Amino acid sequence: MDLTLGPIQFFWEAPRIRDFYARIADEAPVARVVLGELVCSKRLPFWQGEIPVAVERLKAAGKEVWLTSLALVTLKRERQLTEELVDAGVGVEISDLTTLAYLPKGTPFSVSPLINVYNIGTLDWLAERGAKRICLPNELPLASAAKLAAAGAERGVAVEVWGFGRQPLAISGRCYHARLHNRSKDSCQFICNADPDGREVDTLDGERFLAVNGVQTLSAATSFAGGEIGALAAAQVSALRLSPQTGNMVALAREFEAAIAAGKAGPALEAAARAAAPGGQLANGYLRGHAGAEWAPA
Amino acid sequence: MELVCPAGTPAALRAAVEAGAHSVYCGFADETNARNFPGLNFSRPELAEGVAFAHRHGAKVLVAINTFPRAGDEAIWHRAVADAEKAGVDAVILADIGLLAHAAKHHPKLRRNLSVQAAAANADVINFYAREFGVSRVVLPRVLTVAEIAAINRETEVETEVFVFGGLCVMAEGRCSLSSYATGQSPNMNGVCSPASEVEYVQEGAQLAARLGNFTIHRVGASEPAPYPTLCKGCFTSGDETGHIFEDAVSLNATELLPQLKKAGVTALKIEGRQRSRSYVAQVVRSFRAAVDALEAGRPMPTSALAALSEGQASTTGAYAKTWR
Amino acid sequence: MTALPTLAPPLSRLAGLLPKPPASVALTLLARRIAARHPEIVSRLGYHAGATFALDPTDLPVVMVLTLPGGVPRIRLQKDDAGTDCRISGKLSALFALVHGAVDGDALFFSRDLVIAGDTAAALALRNAIDNAELDIMEELQHLAPPLARALRPVVALLERQTGVALHRASGVN
Repeated sequence: MDLTLGPIQFFWEAPRIRDFYARIADEAPVARVVLGELVCSKRLPFWQGEIPVAVERLKAAGKEVWLTSLALVTLKRERQLTEELVDAGVGVEISDLTTLAYLPKGTPFSVSPLINVYNIGTLDWLAERGAKRICLPNELPLASAAKLAAAGAERGVAVEVWGFGRQPLAISGRCYHARLHNRSKDSCQFICNADPDGREVDTLDGERFLAVNGVQTLSAATSFAGGEIGALAAAQVSALRLSPQTGNMVALAREFEAAIAAGKAGPALEAAARAAAPGGQLANGYLRGHAGAEWAPA
Repeated sequence: MELVCPAGTPAALRAAVEAGAHSVYCGFADETNARNFPGLNFSRPELAEGVAFAHRHGAKVLVAINTFPRAGDEAIWHRAVADAEKAGVDAVILADIGLLAHAAKHHPKLRRNLSVQAAAANADVINFYAREFGVSRVVLPRVLTVAEIAAINRETEVETEVFVFGGLCVMAEGRCSLSSYATGQSPNMNGVCSPASEVEYVQEGAQLAARLGNFTIHRVGASEPAPYPTLCKGCFTSGDETGHIFEDAVSLNATELLPQLKKAGVTALKIEGRQRSRSYVAQVVRSFRAAVDALEAGRPMPTSALAALSEGQASTTGAYAKTWR
Repeated sequence: MTALPTLAPPLSRLAGLLPKPPASVALTLLARRIAARHPEIVSRLGYHAGATFALDPTDLPVVMVLTLPGGVPRIRLQKDDAGTDCRISGKLSALFALVHGAVDGDALFFSRDLVIAGDTAAALALRNAIDNAELDIMEELQHLAPPLARALRPVVALLERQTGVALHRASGVN
């Protein structure tokens, strides 16, 4: 089992992105990095220039690199962007099935957790089409993940599970950041860049519940699969996905690497996860077949 | 335009057909469909009877098998498709790629519609589904404007079906796990959103709190409407703002947009509400059938009196108007 | 939804004075007759048939408690909803309208004419199962033993007048 760094879900400023990937390239023990704009096509012009820089830097550091598609493709411009992605010369991670409309059959690709891979039939179809890696949807329990990982192993598809990060729970046509600021999506003034870990949404009782990130809704709690490392490895899960937050991802990746090597997580990994999680709030309910928001200590 | 109407029960199916539905859609009483609610849906014999009844009255029956099969239990979903075909249904409504591939291979003569749960939101992906799985119709996700729907219809041969009335998903359908985050059960896996088994209404003095799982979704005063605690329609706090962060407690009513939808090349109009009673179904279907007939005949649209049936008694045209975003 | 009528106080008081055991027996017989003629009600309830339902007409001083041991209904009248899993409360006219399929349960619920407490899923299952049965209470009465039917018919007619809900359908669905 190794580590994949997922795409940055939030709207970070270009300099922060440059520094982030430089550090990842130099210091983080991740085998591969998925990058690119996942959530909102309007953000892309602000940091597009960083993508080739980061790709080169990461490749030079020996990392495998994939480029993500947008999570929801509706506009003409977004369709063009997605089509161009296929010709970028870097492997594509599909986050919307639209991407497959442009990928010639047999071209290797990766599948993001935003694609609904719940069963063997779907895994088979994607594998035949060229899928090499599949990161499973967050809400799947360990029992389903194990079945899919075993099927993937038989077919040469690496199956990955969400290991750390605020979980993407929904994508919408509506921008909640704009709505919270009484702006329309078209005149959002890119206000989501004020919340580099997402903007928290609490219940009326003051419980931390969700986080909005433009058109995306995330969990407030950071999903953390540290306690399941042994079970996931035994189930032939081939990688854990770490989703960037503003906390120390390098330190976190190192602790994950150590725990994978040891076959189980110790207190150091959980401490690193809490330190990197916004508000120190962790959840692990999904893998246990419960509500995703639940947390049960290992 | 074809009016596609909900039937949560055999009685609602008959009510819809008698009220003028061109088609009704329904599901089996299990986790294979996205309205897997207590006391709802059809047994195999009930479906066969429903199909016979509808066909006698010149109406079609579409069966939603639109959840995502559970790994290892794919056979349950495969059986649902086979049984729907055996019952003589006019189409199945599917969302999962694996199930679409299965149906295309093993039931090639059974018409396949793409469920809204597949959230196919542009012409390229719709044409892709048509090419790969032979889908005849797509139910469009509720994230598109009328102009975008018109653009899609210009670029595809696949028929489009759009929601015009009832509950409104704010998120791209089939791509939302808010419900399972709070309750462990989701539309994709279990065919339920914000399931009743996880709902609790708690009287707190003069206020009524609605809880979902361990979370308070909203609180209302004694005289306020009490919407069902669907997570995305809840009342939350973010920074200084407290309110309906995602969507108000409104339901969709696109009656006024019917002429535009027709002009946009839409084939079918869908009414949400398999969980609603047969009296609701009859009333809404009758009203929409009158509107569609008027539209086809070039008469002015009758004004509708559907407000009281709506959730929270307020309605919206949702994403069809760009300002909604 | 137009305003639902409230039961006039004399009738409401009268109901409170009725001896509970005989009324429970009559209602149980009616419910059993309905269940026998509409077996799909119980099958639709699925495992929720194991729940104890409180049907609480807020304009009457009694609560009808419905259980279905072995799939056979039993109704007993109680003062309150003690010992029940879920409670569906509203004016008698709202409850009747719901049973009769004259109104939409969701609409009544949104407008607060109907209030659900406790096991929401069981309450929904009951509502959906009853809605599907297309009950016609007058017709159901005709299938009861003649003396019982004769005894209940004027009561139902009175209820019909008092609640403003037609308990006998002209024909077909509403």
